Amino acid sequence: MEGQKRRQKILIVDDSEMNRSILVDMLGEEYDTIEVENGLQAVTVLQKQAAEISLVMLDIVMPEMDGFGVLGVMNKRRWIESIPVIMISAETTSDRIDQALELGVTDFISRPFDARVIRRRVINTLLSSAKQQELEALVAEQILEKEQNSLLMIDILSHIVEFRNGESGLHVIHVRRLTEVLLGHLATKTDRYRLGKNEIALISEASALHDIGKIAIDDKILNKPGKLTNEEFAIMKSHSMAGAKMLDGLSVHQDEPLVKIAYQICRWHHERWDGRGYPDGLKGDDIPIAAQTVALADVYDALTSERVYKPAFPHEKAVDMIVNGECGAFNPLLMECLRELSDTLEEELNGGAVQPKPRDVMNAVAEKLYQHSELSASNRTLQLLEHERMKYSFFAAMSKEIQFELTFSPAMMSFNAWGAKKLGLDEIVMDPMENPRIRYFLDDSLLDSLRDVIASTTPADPIVTYEGKMKFGGKLKWFRFVMQALWSEDEPPQLRGIIGKAIDVHSSRSYLENLEKRASTDQLTGLLNLTSAQKQAEARLKENQEANYALAFFDCDYFKDANNTFGHLFGNQLLVHIAERLRQTTRSGDIVSRAGGDEYIIFIQYHQELEPIIQRIYSSLHGEDFGGFTISISMGVATTEQVGVDFTALMAAADKALYAVKQAGKGQYKFYNGTETSLTEVKGASVYTNQSEIIDFEEGEADKENSESNKKM
Amino acid sequence: MTLQECYENLGGNYQEVCSRLPSEKFIQKFVLKFLDDKSFQLLQDSWNQGNDEEAFRASHTIKGMCQNLSFALLQESSSALTEALRNGRSPEAPALYEKVCEDYQRTADAISAYKAGL
Repeated sequence: MEGQKRRQKILIVDDSEMNRSILVDMLGEEYDTIEVENGLQAVTVLQKQAAEISLVMLDIVMPEMDGFGVLGVMNKRRWIESIPVIMISAETTSDRIDQALELGVTDFISRPFDARVIRRRVINTLLSSAKQQELEALVAEQILEKEQNSLLMIDILSHIVEFRNGESGLHVIHVRRLTEVLLGHLATKTDRYRLGKNEIALISEASALHDIGKIAIDDKILNKPGKLTNEEFAIMKSHSMAGAKMLDGLSVHQDEPLVKIAYQICRWHHERWDGRGYPDGLKGDDIPIAAQTVALADVYDALTSERVYKPAFPHEKAVDMIVNGECGAFNPLLMECLRELSDTLEEELNGGAVQPKPRDVMNAVAEKLYQHSELSASNRTLQLLEHERMKYSFFAAMSKEIQFELTFSPAMMSFNAWGAKKLGLDEIVMDPMENPRIRYFLDDSLLDSLRDVIASTTPADPIVTYEGKMKFGGKLKWFRFVMQALWSEDEPPQLRGIIGKAIDVHSSRSYLENLEKRASTDQLTGLLNLTSAQKQAEARLKENQEANYALAFFDCDYFKDANNTFGHLFGNQLLVHIAERLRQTTRSGDIVSRAGGDEYIIFIQYHQELEPIIQRIYSSLHGEDFGGFTISISMGVATTEQVGVDFTALMAAADKALYAVKQAGKGQYKFYNGTETSLTEVKGASVYTNQSEIIDFEEGEADKENSESNKKM
Repeated sequence: MTLQECYENLGGNYQEVCSRLPSEKFIQKFVLKFLDDKSFQLLQDSWNQGNDEEAFRASHTIKGMCQNLSFALLQESSSALTEALRNGRSPEAPALYEKVCEDYQRTADAISAYKAGL
């Protein structure tokens, strides 16, 4: 697909503008060039796009950082291993040349430049390095690609599904299957999109990620049962770009084709064939085919599945609606595919077709062996065994896993060669629990956890997975342990040993942790959202029941007026400003949260008098002029001394106090005293537990365009 | 004035540059560009401020450009100045600096005259 015809990018680093442009002119139009005028800029460019740069042409004498400096950094970051460097310099002293060669320079071109020499050397350098990369890629691709793809995918997905509603699991599977079927059919009709088997597999795999951006959308909007307002719909629409950005943040896997395709899908699966989609308003085949297809699959599945707000439409009706343009605008060819697949589509989706594909490379080899009829049966068995053995050691070496086997009698632990090397251990270690090097990795806490999970296995269900932190290279890193307990056939069964593997999952785990953090914060202000604030506060309450805690619940008076008068953008700025003030006036141990809309809570522990603290916080917020709008705050405060060690009770009491402030004319703070009537009692529902009530969005503004079906698709 | 005559006036090697660079048009483009290059200005400024390190770089850059354009005369003097500045200002540097200024002037004048005749 994309990438084959990509022009190679050459980074030219020279402080003389003239020399750079001579080079650019000499290289001609076959290459993309980036010009920078000193070493520091070169490093900055490499930092951002090392993967895309095929060659660096580097001068030595330059301001800021010279050519040797650049080579130093390239060595340190190991870019030099994949990016060839040609030195271009007026320097001719041989010790300088030696020094450059020692630092990994591939070639040296001295001035004056000769056009033919330059072109030939550049081509040679690119060729030889491309060959090397190709070889590396070949191994990596064939063996690891499938595994890595699905691992990464499952990791991200399983996590995201946690944050989302129940319908998504099946939806993801349907969209994937639909995408696969549609593309397969499309490939028989046209070769315009260059859809080979690999491309189709890749796109359908990546399709599962089309909605990951929804993780960035407020739950209250995502799960809102009613119609979305214009404003909410605008927020909803941001999910496509948000998803693309998340993939952009995936630094480790940036260059994987899967991630690239997933990026296209995330970003553009709401574009329309007629150019009226979002976020970029792309038109026709400017929209990558991956995104076009997923868009159609997405809509089709939404139509044919039951939703809270609609029944499942039958296939024919769904196709009619799509073809008649009731649900967007699509590539006519794709709609044709959809219609032509009518007979089989329902079956495809509901049948057992949604199966993981077999790992076919090795199976194919084994089959080939079978076909060698001249091999006798025993020979063949031996061959297969030998083949299995080779396969095992090959995968063991390639998989970058630490594989181990532990037996209790004799007390012995053995590792695969790769794992032993990685850990700095011998392949066989006797009395492992007495071995200080092993105990360095398996410290008491990790050992206890592993013992616990092993103890949870049974002879019938002997395999367990555990993720935990292991000391490695001086720090704690996340590893996934997959282990099989070896139970004897005695009655009762005895644990004889364990076989297993440990996989470094630190980078993906850290990324997921980051995602989790994002899911627990309010996107606009960066404060915690209510759910996470409550979780943290409850943990705090449980930790120290004797301490005194207070909860202040406040909102911004006349916020709606500010929104109406100055616009929503201003409203948002105001919310961010208040959050900023809160960060300044609270202590790092306090829990500060935007509960929704213009409502905030502060949860603090206090040791002395409470009122001065509240007074200080209140006056830092109230009365300030913000762009022509005078901020007025109404605040209710409740303490654990009054209502007990219970977050919900604290919220309810603070809410009552706040309501009393509102009744008394706003613009002040008030401590709960037990005599208030509450909004809860007036409305008959708790304000803070019913999330959809908290946002003060004007209902009923939604026009036809953002109907519910739009919302969910 | 032809480009070849221009090269004769500025003490360059026209034969040599033609053998390396793809076309006369290509050469002409960069010869004219030479007038806009700020390296000589930088050399003068840093020399006057006593910033020898910067002066070394500027002189080095001029040398590199002259190599590329086969401006033999200026190349020779700027090359000598570069070496005289490589490890701080050596005793012979001031004389070499004067020579570079003189050669640069000659080169720039020749190109300007050539440009005026286009």
